[in-house]
Amino acid sequence: MTDATVATQGAMRRWPRWLSLPPVLAMVLALIAIWYVAAVPMNVHEVLTRAERAGIAVSPDSAVLRRDMSALALVARNPGTLGESWSLDRPRLPAPHQVLVELYDSTIVEEVTGRRGIVRTGSLSNRSLVYHGWVTLNATFVGFLIGTALGVVLAVGIVHSRVMDLSVMPWAIVSQTIPIVALAPMIIVVLYSIGIQGLLPKAVISAYLSFFPVVVGMVKGLRSPGAMQMDLMRTYNAPASTVLWKLRLPASVPYLFASLKIGIAASLVGAIVGELPVQQGGLGARMLAGSYYGQTAQIWAALILAAALAALLVWAVGWLERRTLARMGMAA
Amino acid sequence: MSYVVFAFVLWAIGFAINLQLAGGPAQRSAAARLAIPLIFGATLLAMWELLVRGLEVPTVILPPPSQIGATFAANTSILWGDFVQTILKGALSGYLMGCAAAVLVALLVDRYDYLRRGLLPLGNFMAALPIVGTAPILVMWFGFGWQSKAAVVVLMVFFPMLVNTVAGLSDTSAMQRDLMRTYAASWPQTLLKLRLPAALPFIFNGLKICSTLALIGAIVAEFFGSPTQGLGFRISTSIGQLNLGMVWSAIVVSALAGTAFYGLVALLERRATFWHASQRK
Repeated sequence: MTDATVATQGAMRRWPRWLSLPPVLAMVLALIAIWYVAAVPMNVHEVLTRAERAGIAVSPDSAVLRRDMSALALVARNPGTLGESWSLDRPRLPAPHQVLVELYDSTIVEEVTGRRGIVRTGSLSNRSLVYHGWVTLNATFVGFLIGTALGVVLAVGIVHSRVMDLSVMPWAIVSQTIPIVALAPMIIVVLYSIGIQGLLPKAVISAYLSFFPVVVGMVKGLRSPGAMQMDLMRTYNAPASTVLWKLRLPASVPYLFASLKIGIAASLVGAIVGELPVQQGGLGARMLAGSYYGQTAQIWAALILAAALAALLVWAVGWLERRTLARMGMAA
Repeated sequence: MSYVVFAFVLWAIGFAINLQLAGGPAQRSAAARLAIPLIFGATLLAMWELLVRGLEVPTVILPPPSQIGATFAANTSILWGDFVQTILKGALSGYLMGCAAAVLVALLVDRYDYLRRGLLPLGNFMAALPIVGTAPILVMWFGFGWQSKAAVVVLMVFFPMLVNTVAGLSDTSAMQRDLMRTYAASWPQTLLKLRLPAALPFIFNGLKICSTLALIGAIVAEFFGSPTQGLGFRISTSIGQLNLGMVWSAIVVSALAGTAFYGLVALLERRATFWHASQRK
């Protein structure tokens, strides 16, 4: 995926940065418009039921008949009674502004004016998305650090030992084809049963997911120095450790960052999935709670916050990458 | 205790054999390349078995492989039902729909430059998002059946596939495109004879990435609600019953399915893009 992503980004740089903004904005606006339009047929059953209770004539007038009709047909037959499509209490598809209001309410309003908010109590409210996002972010970071460290160590081992290369590398590749996330609930329960709970089980899953991109990328990176460079190190009679520190590791930095970008996004997914089995806070727990109680706006708000976190994390790694490569004189 | 000692003796033996193979005269042969990882895997399995028995780890924490194998053999019909429900109905149908849709959109994006400049950054952004998070919403919309799993899979595979296909379609050189122009080739002709074949390595790269994503999406979506069948359902309910042998059997099924799925796509790739540099031996 990285190669392809890099290729497309390279192709896009032909335009100055500001010129690429209007088309993106147009697409985002189009998506939001589609979202608003889609909310009407998605919510039509609930809207008509409420209209009927309020005494407005609805066609057909029995809820059983309506249940069997398609949403589009209902919209076509009741054009005048759809006013509530974008303001329902528990919509099947909340309108974008409803999600934004929920996001605002569950972050800023909850913390500033809520009974358990940070202003009143001095600690984050356990009902606010800020708190849940923070829980997820912690697990993501711990898992990411463990996964990256293990991945780098294993990659160094693979590059230096032929036995490890031949025996471990095929399994590392095979394990990428296995849906590892399926292990998540089991890892959580097993660690719970031997008394480990809280942050660490989620971090283990995060680490597991971010581990393999780093191994594969780092093996590639540590092997990237050419024959000429390796020969030069030989003429210096450099031991393997010097080759590693002065040549292999510096040469692998661009590969490392490419892997880290995949790894940190994978860590976040791991942390969220890891929060599903144990309801102890975090964005994953928030989504599952929302789906149990039909609070769709709450799921969407958690989803948007997760998306924003992912974007922020990937951007942060990208920023670090640009800074590091520029200082190392390797900027593209 | 003797089990534990034996486990490490076995480890040493396996390691010694591999050391011989990797350093010996046959190190470049195909047989050695196959044997070394197999010996490594077998040693790991044997150590797992011996350590679990030797240290008397409770089976509710980690069952030995022999017990997993026995559970697997005793429940093949249940596991087959789960396989059909999750892999064939949920993952495969969603995978086909999502990848087909992504390729079609990629053709549109490639045709209209404005779309490319608008959609590609969004696609790159979406490909990094935790899309599994949409699973609860889609389960709410499409019900507990396989349709909701397929919907999650469609969303998960769409953006990586789109990004890869678009990158592939632009992977022709100006010389090649000029040649097609000198032939007065129309847009569909250029597409069929030059750009789609040139895009195939990228398309297969996307298909391979998406094969794993499809299984993850289908299994995780089942955690949010499913009929009384399916690998995700089996994993989450068997954990509730502390039936770890069954959990591991379901994981073995998903691992086998994932590897087979990936292998199938890789095989297709080898047949379809035999001309590409990466496929040459």
